[in-house]
Amino acid sequence: MLLKDEVGMLQRVPLFSGIELTKLKLLAFTSDRVSYSAGQVLFRQGDEGDAAYVILSGRADILVDSDSGPIKVAEMVPNSIVGEIAILCNSSRTATVRAASQLEALRISKEHFLRLMKESPEMTIEILRVLADRLSHTTADLIDARSAK
Amino acid sequence: MKDPQSHMEPSLARYIWTHTKKQQLWILMIVLLSMIPYFMSFDLPKLIVNGPIQGKGFEQPGATQPFMRLHYNVPFIGEVQFFSGFQLDRKETLFALSLVFLLLVVINGLFKLYINTYKGRLGERMLRRIRFDLVDRVLRFPPVYFKRVKSAEVATMVKDEVEPLGGFIGDAFLQPVLLGGQALTSMLFIMIQNVWLGMIAVVIVVIQIVLIPRMRRRLIVLGRQRQLTARALSGRVGEIVDGIGAVHVHDTSNYERADIAARLGLIFKIRFDLYQWKFMVKFLNNFLAQLTPFLFYMIGGYLVIQGRLDVGQLVAVIGAYKDLPGPMKELIDWDQDRQDVQVKYQQVVEQFTVESLIAPKIGALTIDDPEPMTNPLSAIGLSIADDGGAMLLNRVSLQVKPGETVALVSTATGGAEALAEAFARLNWPDSGRVASGADDLLELPEAVTGRRMSYASSDVFLFQASLRDNLLYGLKHAPLTSASYDGVAADQHRWNIHEARRSGNPDFDIHSDWINYASAGATGPHDLFEAVRRVLDAVVLSRDILDLGLRSSADLARHTELARRIVELRAALRTRLDQEGLSGLVVPFEPGAYNKEATIGQNLLFGAAAGPELADRALAANPYFASVLRQAGLDRTLYEMGMEIAQQAIELFADLPPDHQFFQQLAFMSADEIPAYETLLQRLKNRPYEAVSENDRAMIVTLSFAYIEPRHRFGLLSDELMSKIVAARNRFYENLPPELQTAVERYDPARYIAAATVMDNVLFGRVGNNHPDAPDRIRSILYDILDELGLYAELLDVGLDFNVGSGGRRLTGGQRQKLDVARALLKRPDFLILNRPLSALDQRMQDRVLRNVLEEARRDGHSPAIVWVVTNPSMAMMFDRVIVFDSGQLVEDGTHETLLAENGIFKELVS
Repeated sequence: MLLKDEVGMLQRVPLFSGIELTKLKLLAFTSDRVSYSAGQVLFRQGDEGDAAYVILSGRADILVDSDSGPIKVAEMVPNSIVGEIAILCNSSRTATVRAASQLEALRISKEHFLRLMKESPEMTIEILRVLADRLSHTTADLIDARSAK
Repeated sequence: MKDPQSHMEPSLARYIWTHTKKQQLWILMIVLLSMIPYFMSFDLPKLIVNGPIQGKGFEQPGATQPFMRLHYNVPFIGEVQFFSGFQLDRKETLFALSLVFLLLVVINGLFKLYINTYKGRLGERMLRRIRFDLVDRVLRFPPVYFKRVKSAEVATMVKDEVEPLGGFIGDAFLQPVLLGGQALTSMLFIMIQNVWLGMIAVVIVVIQIVLIPRMRRRLIVLGRQRQLTARALSGRVGEIVDGIGAVHVHDTSNYERADIAARLGLIFKIRFDLYQWKFMVKFLNNFLAQLTPFLFYMIGGYLVIQGRLDVGQLVAVIGAYKDLPGPMKELIDWDQDRQDVQVKYQQVVEQFTVESLIAPKIGALTIDDPEPMTNPLSAIGLSIADDGGAMLLNRVSLQVKPGETVALVSTATGGAEALAEAFARLNWPDSGRVASGADDLLELPEAVTGRRMSYASSDVFLFQASLRDNLLYGLKHAPLTSASYDGVAADQHRWNIHEARRSGNPDFDIHSDWINYASAGATGPHDLFEAVRRVLDAVVLSRDILDLGLRSSADLARHTELARRIVELRAALRTRLDQEGLSGLVVPFEPGAYNKEATIGQNLLFGAAAGPELADRALAANPYFASVLRQAGLDRTLYEMGMEIAQQAIELFADLPPDHQFFQQLAFMSADEIPAYETLLQRLKNRPYEAVSENDRAMIVTLSFAYIEPRHRFGLLSDELMSKIVAARNRFYENLPPELQTAVERYDPARYIAAATVMDNVLFGRVGNNHPDAPDRIRSILYDILDELGLYAELLDVGLDFNVGSGGRRLTGGQRQKLDVARALLKRPDFLILNRPLSALDQRMQDRVLRNVLEEARRDGHSPAIVWVVTNPSMAMMFDRVIVFDSGQLVEDGTHETLLAENGIFKELVS
């Protein structure tokens, strides 16, 4: 896959949809293209967060440790971004991400990601929107969970 | 430990006389001897002109004169003839006398040569002696001195400030005797001609002698200021270099600029003042010298007119006077030099005169190893104050028995560190003492404390040398073998010894083997490595050193085994990667194939550049390389590719500030090259390829050399291009001109590449760009393989070649501290003193190293006493005994359990 195809894919990631093309191209160029075979781990829960990943092709499972072993909580499909929370909060990884098939991804390092946010308000707002969206979902889930008790 | 003779000779003249009186007298004698042929050569021209040329004594044709007749008038006896001489005619006499003249010229020249050489050597030997004395004193200064002095200032004193002494020493006594003699002679001659005129000359000379030195006093003051300001300048420059980090961190570079400029201004002012005075004095001196003939002409002339003096006398006096100013001037110059160097010498001596210098016997060279220290180490009423007078330790008494392990736990103001420093003799007691058994520790020779005790602290100093040299530094106490020399080297060695002795330097041979293998528990170089490996393992440093080894290129003269077994290694790596299903991780170099994970440049050259001709940017500009590209039909393709890359790169990066971190990703050009490429691109955009100059082509083509398709993903590589590149590679080596044969080492699956790193050699390929964890995985596989093949030690040895840089700064703080502990361990001491030795490491690593060190120190039945100032009270659990300090007092002493049970400070600290 060439740089221009990657830029095309990045454009389809909601987070990056508002960003001008040259910036996206720069982001793609300065990011590492990484590939994983099924079962390989992108990062583990508890690791230090040093990069975010944009899935280009293939699928990945998101797993959270529990007393009875890891539980799969979500699945990532192409054009989704994973691992950005640990970067933003300076915290360790909240979940493990494992390739579920042959996986191609762009690895955006923490410094580059933060730098991009600083320089591109559109992207920052977009990220805020996504996070706020997730928070409201989580809150709704929480209310459901509490009322179900 | 203190040396009663702690003062250096303050008078330079006496210092020189003490060390060179024999030579000074000898050279004086030679100089006097040289006067004989010198004066004879004055007389000879007269003889030649009057005799054979003008014909005096040869008036008759065929007349002869005796030549070399020796006859003297001996008092009371009358004329005695020793030799009647040869009878020579006029022509023969001319030749004979001329030949004698030539002979005298040669003799005079030889005398001069001998005298100058002798004086030069005398001066240089003295300079060597002074410099050595100074450094010897530095080695014996008490520890407190080093808190106040800047290293650059000491260095400049030893190197620059005593330098002029060398030139002066040869003339120190000779010049005044000689010039004074000459001046006195001509003065006497004037006196004989006419007493009154003589008196005039005397008066002027006396004025010169009285006035000039008075005026020079200011010169001396200025000279002293010049020296002190220059020394302070070098101290400040040294400080800027050492503290460059602080300068940048605080944006104080302009403050430093201002400081340096102010100092230079002051130095300029002093030097300019000095010049003004110097030339003023010179002017006055010359004026006085010229005043005398003026007085002669006026007063002498007046006397002649009056008829009280005859003309002949006046002319003779004026004639005699012309020989006086020369020697006088030189004498005054000599005096100036003398004062100059005397000031310099005094300034240096003042700095090097220090109270309580360590006595020479403490540091005396001892070949035989001392007996083990079997007595307990104790502090008796020990008090130590810091420079400000605050008490670090207040009347502390304790005893550490042999074989005991003691943790010193300290509150922030506890003073345990001062105690450890006192045990290491780095901090001297203000009252009380530190003792080994009944002996004061400070009175023991360093040969005992430096070999039977070890010390490591958080404040590590490493020398700018290899890791190996730094590690073994603690074993180099004395030259243990005498190195054997033959032929020229033997002569040189004898000369070295002779000269060292003549200058009062020691003649220890730096080339002999200084490593005390026995104290590391080894018998020689062959089994020392085992000990080294064990201590490195103990401080968990082996892995770091292996990594360094992998990243450096091995010295094949030393590490032959790696080169010999490289094929085996490469095959083993390949097999292992296949077995683990990781063969995709590394794309190997194959002579007939394009390696996609390598750059286009690497694929073209297919070798490691061993010289500057084909390295980096020079490759595209190399005429032979360019011609190969042309023949392979690649020149235009790569140019177009370079243009495309330039366009993409500029489009991506042009708007970014030059310090933007994204530039790290841009392999093609650096941030400051972007503007140049931008204009180049504008200029070349619509120009046909043929019209582009060679230089511009190379600028563009070189961009394509850094391109890796899977990494940069511009989509520029086609199958056709790849096969063309492989073809060009073969063509390049087919006709490689002889001058480039040594500039490149071709990748050969069967050969070791000396110019490449060990890692590249073993991989013999490129790690895939899209496997983020590949380097780590490959490295751990590699270590496995090296261990299996028995090459682990060889690689560790390559790593030990790593130069640690100035002050060890190429290592991390943690690595430096680990190395320091390893060095202390390697010695296998009776007392191991560790003063917060691992403070740069995290607690987990500290605990791990602590456990390892305790174990390693006691290996093979050794049981050294270990005194460890711990950074965390929890570490105290590992020790037999725990001593707690607070406010400079020993407050608790017991086992870990008893102290925990006591509810005291220790318990507070642990919880």
